[in-house]
Amino acid sequence: MAGESGKIDPMYQFKIEPLAQLNLAGYDVSFTNSSLFMVLVLGALWVFMAGGMKREMVPGRWQMAVEGVTGFINNMLTANVGPEGKKYVPLVFSLFMFILMANFMGMMPFGIVPGVHPFTITSHLTVTAVLALFSFGTVLVVGFWRHGLHFFSLFVPHGTPWWLLWLIPVIELFSFMIRPFSLALRLFVAMTAGHIMMKVLAGFVINGLNAEAAWVPMIVSFPAFVLMIGITLLELLVCAIQAYVFALLTSLYINDAVNLH
Amino acid sequence: MPQIAQILETYASQFFWLMIVFGLVYFTIGHGMLPKVEATMDARNRKIADDLAAAELARAEADDLGDSGEAGLAAARAAAQAKASDAKAKGAKDADARLAKADAEVGVKLAAAEAALSAATAKAMASIETVAADAAADIVAKVSGAKVTPAQAAKAVKAVMSNG
Repeated sequence: MAGESGKIDPMYQFKIEPLAQLNLAGYDVSFTNSSLFMVLVLGALWVFMAGGMKREMVPGRWQMAVEGVTGFINNMLTANVGPEGKKYVPLVFSLFMFILMANFMGMMPFGIVPGVHPFTITSHLTVTAVLALFSFGTVLVVGFWRHGLHFFSLFVPHGTPWWLLWLIPVIELFSFMIRPFSLALRLFVAMTAGHIMMKVLAGFVINGLNAEAAWVPMIVSFPAFVLMIGITLLELLVCAIQAYVFALLTSLYINDAVNLH
Repeated sequence: MPQIAQILETYASQFFWLMIVFGLVYFTIGHGMLPKVEATMDARNRKIADDLAAAELARAEADDLGDSGEAGLAAARAAAQAKASDAKAKGAKDADARLAKADAEVGVKLAAAEAALSAATAKAMASIETVAADAAADIVAKVSGAKVTPAQAAKAVKAVMSNG
C-alpha cells in the first residue's frame, strides 16, 4: 500500500500484478491478483450457496439468508418483467451476487497481513464492461429472438406524434445504445471513487501519526479516523447499492426486450 | 489510474479470467444451485398452501358438525318442552275435576245446612210469636186489668209483627 519514501499512493490498490505468467495464442492471459480475487469471489459465492443447500422444510439461518437473496432477485424480476421474468433469474442472480461479492471482497481487511492488499475487481473498467455487455447482450438476443425486426418498435414509443417521428427514434436509439456504457461506468466509477477516498483518508491517519509535531495526531489523525469509520460504512452501503442498481437496471432492460413498451 | 494505464496489457487476462469465473458462476451457481434453492422454496410454499387448505376444510367440517349438534339439541329441547306442557295441561285438568267434585259435595252440604237453618228460624219465629202474645196479654192485664184471650193477643201480635 505504501509506495516509496513513505508516501501513500491511493491508486496503487488498482494496480494489476501478474502472479503467474500465462500465454495463450499470443495473448497475455497471466493469472493476476485480479484473477485471484475473481476466483476468491467465486469460492465465497459457492460456499455461501452451498451453505443454503440443505433443502430443509424449516430453514436454518444460513438457508434463510440464501433463500432471502434468491427470493429478492425472484421478486425483482417478477415485479418488473412479469411471470416470464423467471427465466432470467439465473442471469440476474449471477450478476447481482458476483458484483456484490466482488465489492465486499474489495472491502475485506486483508491489508493487516503485510504485503497483501484487497483488490476490487469491479473497480476495473474491463470487468464492468464485460458484465454490462452480458446484460446488454441478453437484452439484444432476447429482443430479436422474441420480436424479430419488430424489436425496433422499441424506438418508437406509443403516442409519438407523427411530426416528431424523425426525432424520437434517434433519441430512443441513443438512450438504448448508451445503456451498456452507463451500466459499466456507474459501477466502475462508484467503486474507484469510493476506494480512492478511503485510501486518502486512511493516509491522513497514518501520515498524521508519523508527523514530528505532537499536535498533528490529535488534530488530523483522530478526526480523520472517526470520519474513516463513517466513510467505510457508507462504502459498504455503496457496495450493496451498486450491485442492486446493476441488477435492477438489467431486469428493467430485460422487461423492455420481453414486453417492448 | 492503473485501470486505464494498464488496459492494453491486462485486458486479455481480465477478459479471459472473467469469462471463466463468470461462466462458472452462471452455469454452476445460477443454473445448478439456484434452481434447487428455488425448488425448496416452492415446495415449502406449496406445503404451506396445502396445509392451509386442509385446515380450512377441517374447520368447515367442524362447523357442519357443530350446526347439526345444535339442531339436535334444539329438537330435543322442543320435545321436552312439549312433554312438559302436556303434563302441565293434564295436571290442570285433574285438578279442575277434583275441584268440581269437591264443589258439588260442599254445595250439597251447604244446601242441607241452609234448609236446617231456615227450619230452625221458622220454628224460632213461631215460638217467639207465642211468647210475645203471652207477654202482651200479661202486660194488658197488668196495665188495664182487662182480660185478653190468648187468641186476641196472638192476633194483635201477628198484626204488629207483620207491620213491623
